[in-house]
Amino acid sequence: MDFLIASSTENLCNLLAEDPTRQLLAGGTDFMVEVNFRHRDISGVIAIDRIKELKQWRHDGDSVLIGSCVTYKEIEQGPLSALIPALAQSARTIGSPQIRNAGTIGGNLATASPAGDMIPVLLALGAEVNVRSKSKVRQLRIDELITGVKVNSLSEDEFIESIRVPVLSGPQEFLKVGPRNAMVISVTSLAMVTDIEKKYIGIALGSVSASPCRSDEAEYFISQHIDWDSMTVQSDVIENFERLVKESASPIDDHRSSSSYRTHTVGVLARRALLRIFRLGI
Amino acid sequence: MSILEEHIASSAGIGISASRPDGKEKARGDFLFSNDLSSEDMLWGQTLRSPYPSAKIKRIDYSRALAMEGVHAILTAGDVPGENIFGLEHPDQPVLAFDVVRYVGEPVAIVAANHPEVAKKAVDAIIVDYEILEPMVDSEEAIYSDPIHPEGNVIRHLVIRHGNPDVVGSIIVEGEYEVGMQDQAFLGTESGIAFPSSDGGVNLHISTQWLHSDRDQVASALNLPNELVRVSLAGVGGAFGGREDVSMHVHLCMLAMHTGRPVKMIYDRNESFLGHVHRHPAKIWFRHHADESGLLINVEAKVILDGGAYASTTSAVLANACCFSVGPYSVPNALIEGWGVRTNNPPCGAMRGFGNVQTCFAAEAQMDKIAKALSIDPVELRLLNALETGDTLITGQEITGTAPISEVLTSLASYPLPEAGTNAILELPGGTGRTTDKSHVKRGIGYAASIKNLMFSEGFDDFSEARCIITDGEVSIQSACVEVGQGFVTLVNQIVEETLGLTEVTLLPVDTSIGSAGSTSASRQTWMSGGAVLKACEAVVDALLSDLASESGISYEKIGLSLISTDGSDSIGIVSALHGRNYDEHVTHRHHPTFPLDRNGQGDAHVSFAFAAHRAVVDVDEELGLVRVVEIATSQDVGRILNPVQAKGQIEGGVAQGLGLALLEELILVDGKIVNANFTDYLLPTAMDTPPIEIAALIEQPEPGAPFGAKGIGEPPVISSTPAIVAAIRDATALELSRVPVKPEDIALTD
Repeated sequence: MDFLIASSTENLCNLLAEDPTRQLLAGGTDFMVEVNFRHRDISGVIAIDRIKELKQWRHDGDSVLIGSCVTYKEIEQGPLSALIPALAQSARTIGSPQIRNAGTIGGNLATASPAGDMIPVLLALGAEVNVRSKSKVRQLRIDELITGVKVNSLSEDEFIESIRVPVLSGPQEFLKVGPRNAMVISVTSLAMVTDIEKKYIGIALGSVSASPCRSDEAEYFISQHIDWDSMTVQSDVIENFERLVKESASPIDDHRSSSSYRTHTVGVLARRALLRIFRLGI
Repeated sequence: MSILEEHIASSAGIGISASRPDGKEKARGDFLFSNDLSSEDMLWGQTLRSPYPSAKIKRIDYSRALAMEGVHAILTAGDVPGENIFGLEHPDQPVLAFDVVRYVGEPVAIVAANHPEVAKKAVDAIIVDYEILEPMVDSEEAIYSDPIHPEGNVIRHLVIRHGNPDVVGSIIVEGEYEVGMQDQAFLGTESGIAFPSSDGGVNLHISTQWLHSDRDQVASALNLPNELVRVSLAGVGGAFGGREDVSMHVHLCMLAMHTGRPVKMIYDRNESFLGHVHRHPAKIWFRHHADESGLLINVEAKVILDGGAYASTTSAVLANACCFSVGPYSVPNALIEGWGVRTNNPPCGAMRGFGNVQTCFAAEAQMDKIAKALSIDPVELRLLNALETGDTLITGQEITGTAPISEVLTSLASYPLPEAGTNAILELPGGTGRTTDKSHVKRGIGYAASIKNLMFSEGFDDFSEARCIITDGEVSIQSACVEVGQGFVTLVNQIVEETLGLTEVTLLPVDTSIGSAGSTSASRQTWMSGGAVLKACEAVVDALLSDLASESGISYEKIGLSLISTDGSDSIGIVSALHGRNYDEHVTHRHHPTFPLDRNGQGDAHVSFAFAAHRAVVDVDEELGLVRVVEIATSQDVGRILNPVQAKGQIEGGVAQGLGLALLEELILVDGKIVNANFTDYLLPTAMDTPPIEIAALIEQPEPGAPFGAKGIGEPPVISSTPAIVAAIRDATALELSRVPVKPEDIALTD
């Protein structure tokens, strides 16, 4: 079995091209648990947590480019938290401080869990994922990357290099329901982001479908009833809005929650997020 | 100055916050826990467990596994040298399943290999043909259905009939309650190492709660005389009752003796949840009768505890659940009927609070219902009914010791309430999830009180041995008392310092070379083993006084730490008197005897009682069903405080565990299988869930017969904290909430 440390993205491209069955180890917060419980067969591992390019981020104009190995902690606490507040809020909900020191944004995406906490935020923001292999580079939308429960569309020799996240000019909210006040897998989560200049509202849900999903109809509906100049929303449409958000969810029953509680709470979260961002108008 | 600060200000012996001798090591990570033990040529053990709750074993084929490189032994039921049966109170559980499996996780085969991964692969390679049977997983149905075990499904049926149970009150409240399966969830999973010895015996180093009970069960299964099984305590990473039963003990010894090499095992977290007993899930029905003033006049109850597949301590847990079902209140008439039953669920046994927890949750809800029906303040109602010394329990036993329930309740009720709510979003319900603003929050306040019996009950011969050895003035103490974190190691130093004035105390290795100290459970070790150490030290003093008298011809008496001649001519310090002398005093300490319950559940079955009360303040987001506990305040009857900081530690830990049962902690079973045997989904309270724990008062009324007058303090904090929290949620929401843990949807989805 190979245990390799990639020194650069180019080196990583080569190591994967040599043997595409090698698996990538970034923060290890999911990977190592799966290994320890023998839920993951490994023939070779490439540690990518020492690749400098993947650990950096930069702000270019109207977006930030975040390397895939940037940690939750850096997103939660560093300057990124001012640029993408909802992403920082979602990072804060993940695990313990030790987990947030180790876990990475690229890992959150590649793991593709329905409960991946950053995914609804990145969906709502319309982020793009830069995927690379030795032979090609390509850009994927989040919904193109994440295709099912813990399934992504990366081919074996590809890796996530970075994520391009638009910087918007309006308030953002991430809310997550779980039975514990911290360190909990989400039962439901919701991201709502706005851009006042572009009159844009993006809404995405976590843990209520096989993959985190956008609430397109609710977004379209509510955008018809927002006054962007006064930042108000019509009070008589809230109920309808809540219903549309609930309709975009298709939750399951499991040991963490019933589907009816998930549906109920996603509606409540949508209303509360909306009313944190907009005042009620007439 | 608070009561705690006053004690801290003092300087030596009993009553001060002496620091733990192992504290620094533990804080630095230097302490050797059982999983740190190793030996050069050791092998690693692993267990094959049943994936089914009920099945016949038709065939086991381990030929391929045994042929794997590095695999040294694979043993099954036929290889158990002695009786293939064990059990803490009653042997009914196979060491290795031989014909059927009765729960998911039951051990079927054990492997020793040169590496833990090889051992795991070998376990995977063992083929077992099972004929899957329909499991019995409902505790109520189990009472009347086909037996899942040769001894039948009812482990114990207990009826308590007291006074005239036909009395009808003018106020009647009724309710059905449920308690889910809580787990001890100690942080250090089960681990140990066994060494074969040249005399044909075995030396077992294991994290446990009771060395001698382990030894007896291991010896019987190995067909060895007790003296060839030597059990030594290995560093314990938490216990809470979950290490009272034998887990890997016999397996390790079998593998070590079979291979002739040391064998070590460590359960991983998932296996740990399968490898120890849990708190009994309970179904409870209550009907309380009170008169118009709120005085309890009759209580009827039915209690069903799900013991899982094997007996463990179900019988004693049921006795507690029934004997103390009505709580710390005077009840003249009662009819309580309890069943401890077998099912194909995981076995249940001891956990902190031991049966009192389940019925306290239900009975305290009933008390609130009576208070509500009569529009009486819930504390007033409890005070009206509070037991006092001289009162009689529903078992007919008179309380002869201290019973300061009124003081406990009054001090708690007068403790100031916390400030009005915060605006800080992380401190509101939902925490880091940012779900809740202050406008969504309702605040609630709830009270609950509890009674806990201390030490073993129902006629059990409960004792502890200790030796005090003086070698040229230096002191060593020997006891088989297991330190699981409760602070016995600190207390030993304090007792020796208090009685002999010596500050450098050597605590000898804790093993079976001395007689039993009994289990570290039932809030009993301070009384029992602390009492034994005290007695051994006093025996040294007596021997010294008698030597001094015979040497000098004058008699001496001990006053404080001085020895004064009765003629007043001489006074020497005990430390200098001990200098150059040698003693070895070996004593046995017993509490006063108890007696079995008769056919009406009457009898002096218990030794002593401790009382506590809790007040919970919660913020509830009703729409999402999320709860933030704002503060828990408590008063507790402690007899006497021996070590204030350790007392506080016990209270804080116990309250956190009670909070866990109220809101978070439950092993979820689907057809007998635990679906959340991990810390991702078995949710323990985090620092953000555990509020400030305020000690309103520690009531010090020395208990007659108890060493230093001290009562056990470990269990009461966990018992009434749970019902207090749920009462507070009911106060905020007006919901019934008859089951714990209370889930968010229990609050949010009721119309």
